Amino acid sequence: MTDIEKATVDAPASTGEGLDTRLLVERGSFRLDVTLSAAPGDVVALLGPNGAGKTTALRALAGLVPLSGGHLRLDGEELDRTPPESRPVGVVFQDYLLFPHLSALDNVAFGPRCQGATKAESRARAAEWLARMGLTDHATAKPRRLSGGQAQRVALARALATHPRLLLLDEPLAALDARTRLDIRAQLRHHLADFEAVAVLVTHDPLDAMVLADHLVVIEDGHIVQEGSPAHIARHPRTDYIAHLVGLNLYRGEAEGHTVRLDGGPGITTEEDLSGPVFVAFPPGAVTLYRERPTGASARNLWRCEVAGLETHGDQIRAALTGQLPLAADLTTVAAAELDLYPGATVWATVKAAQTHAYPA
Amino acid sequence: MISRSPGRAGAADTLAGGPRRRRVLKGVRAGAPLPLLLPALIGLAFLILPLVALLIRAPWRSMPHLLTSTEVWQALQLSLLCATAATAACLVFGVPLAWLLARVEFPGRGVVRALVTLPLVLPPVVGGVALLMALGRNGVVGKWLDSWFGITLPFTTWGVVVAEAFVAMPFLVISVEGTLRAADPRYEEAATTLGASRFTAFRRVTLPLIAPGVAAGAVLAWARALGEFGATITFAGNFPGRTQTMPLAVYLALQNDPEAAIALSLVLLAVSIAVLAGLRDRWMTAS
Repeated sequence: MTDIEKATVDAPASTGEGLDTRLLVERGSFRLDVTLSAAPGDVVALLGPNGAGKTTALRALAGLVPLSGGHLRLDGEELDRTPPESRPVGVVFQDYLLFPHLSALDNVAFGPRCQGATKAESRARAAEWLARMGLTDHATAKPRRLSGGQAQRVALARALATHPRLLLLDEPLAALDARTRLDIRAQLRHHLADFEAVAVLVTHDPLDAMVLADHLVVIEDGHIVQEGSPAHIARHPRTDYIAHLVGLNLYRGEAEGHTVRLDGGPGITTEEDLSGPVFVAFPPGAVTLYRERPTGASARNLWRCEVAGLETHGDQIRAALTGQLPLAADLTTVAAAELDLYPGATVWATVKAAQTHAYPA
Repeated sequence: MISRSPGRAGAADTLAGGPRRRRVLKGVRAGAPLPLLLPALIGLAFLILPLVALLIRAPWRSMPHLLTSTEVWQALQLSLLCATAATAACLVFGVPLAWLLARVEFPGRGVVRALVTLPLVLPPVVGGVALLMALGRNGVVGKWLDSWFGITLPFTTWGVVVAEAFVAMPFLVISVEGTLRAADPRYEEAATTLGASRFTAFRRVTLPLIAPGVAAGAVLAWARALGEFGATITFAGNFPGRTQTMPLAVYLALQNDPEAAIALSLVLLAVSIAVLAGLRDRWMTAS
């Protein structure tokens, strides 16, 4: 867990700008313990499987779930006991939760109105936000008349209109269809780049996280398992969940020079010269399959496997293999046909040492 | 549906194919068994016949004369006024009570809900006696109302309102609570994150969302208040122009002027039908 910045846990950052928090929430047998810190302008993505506690963390930040322990400081201000309506926090909910009886304009004006602005002022501010989102034409529309993408932008405008110092987005793109998603993701990225305070978004989609965030926090089972920049995490996954998300084969073992002995498995020859516990990762595309044992001596990473399943993956075929080394291999449709692959077929898999990547665990 | 004979269904059976045939068969099955059909028809007749009899026996010719008498007008006005006032009281106290039951977890919530529902099943006369014990001149609370504020409720028009509200409020509370439970509480959370206090969230978000349920509950409560008899006559008495509402007038008229009683009953029947028509979107099309 060297990636986790333990320093922020102990350091008294009470006067620091931005977000500094340790969220402890206990609910029955579930325990969430997440430490986050971010500077103004940062976009942090909480990434994790369903039930990992991402949404609970977000609700705790918003004050909708009480903290069982820890602390929450925003721009140096203690917010642990502040009720949600008094927190300078804006939330974009997963299904937006636009008030169905109010027009887009009045939805956006709701926040300023609650903060004490007059009706006219609130509406003027709301109109400004809608204009910024390119929604002026839809100001009078009720939410049910808005498309998914429009509703998402109204929800974002509504959250931003209160000038929050912490913006929370719960699966901001999950409710959109694939085409709108691409578009809205680009727009959201643009709006988040403009946002000068801290933004925290929750997603289970690695692409959303990588495109939108500059810092990734991966949560599994209530705990942070890895954090860092998207590029770093994509290259150095530390759990099967992340490896699967970023599409890598991942193994853990003990390195001795160029050989990594896997826990209860075969060895992998790597380019890196390491010692001690390490991770080894390689992409499915680096795997070459043969039906007969290849005679060439070059591939030292050679394993006898069995095809467990086949599925299309983009314009390729991804084969799930079991046997000496469980792994995923990508091959072209033509190659799959020529090899006559079917579940249960025996294959030989090789990976060049140069295409593996080993790093300390 | 019930009149569809097996022969016709058989013909349709051979002619129409697929989904249509299935629908016809379902219709036959739904209407066919005699042990169910017969009691159903008797039950239906039992409910409708008295109302038809009322229409048959109505003194249509003397109707205009009967309905324009001062007493009838007085009773009708008093009824509408008291029922409306009682409904207003139900709204003011009942909607917050429904919110409390639906949204706030507190120990003994089940017991409180049962107590709220009690007037629904309590004989109204018992309700009237209970109100006398509580708010009567020597009642538990009424004693103080009388000596401190000089307020006397029994046998006054306000007494009618109190009796009607007591009987009608459960209808409103149950209707509104049901709507609140069905409404997504996350809208309130969304409002909270936008800076709304819980009360503002209720007023500006929840209340508009549950407005149809509140309206339906109010209509139900109003109809129940309008027809109130037992609690009213026990708690407020039967003084023309002061506490004599339509149901009381009907009962009294039946003793000495049956034709007038029928005429008054018809007015109440018309009001009931109007209420049903007003609620038809909510209940009659629900099935």
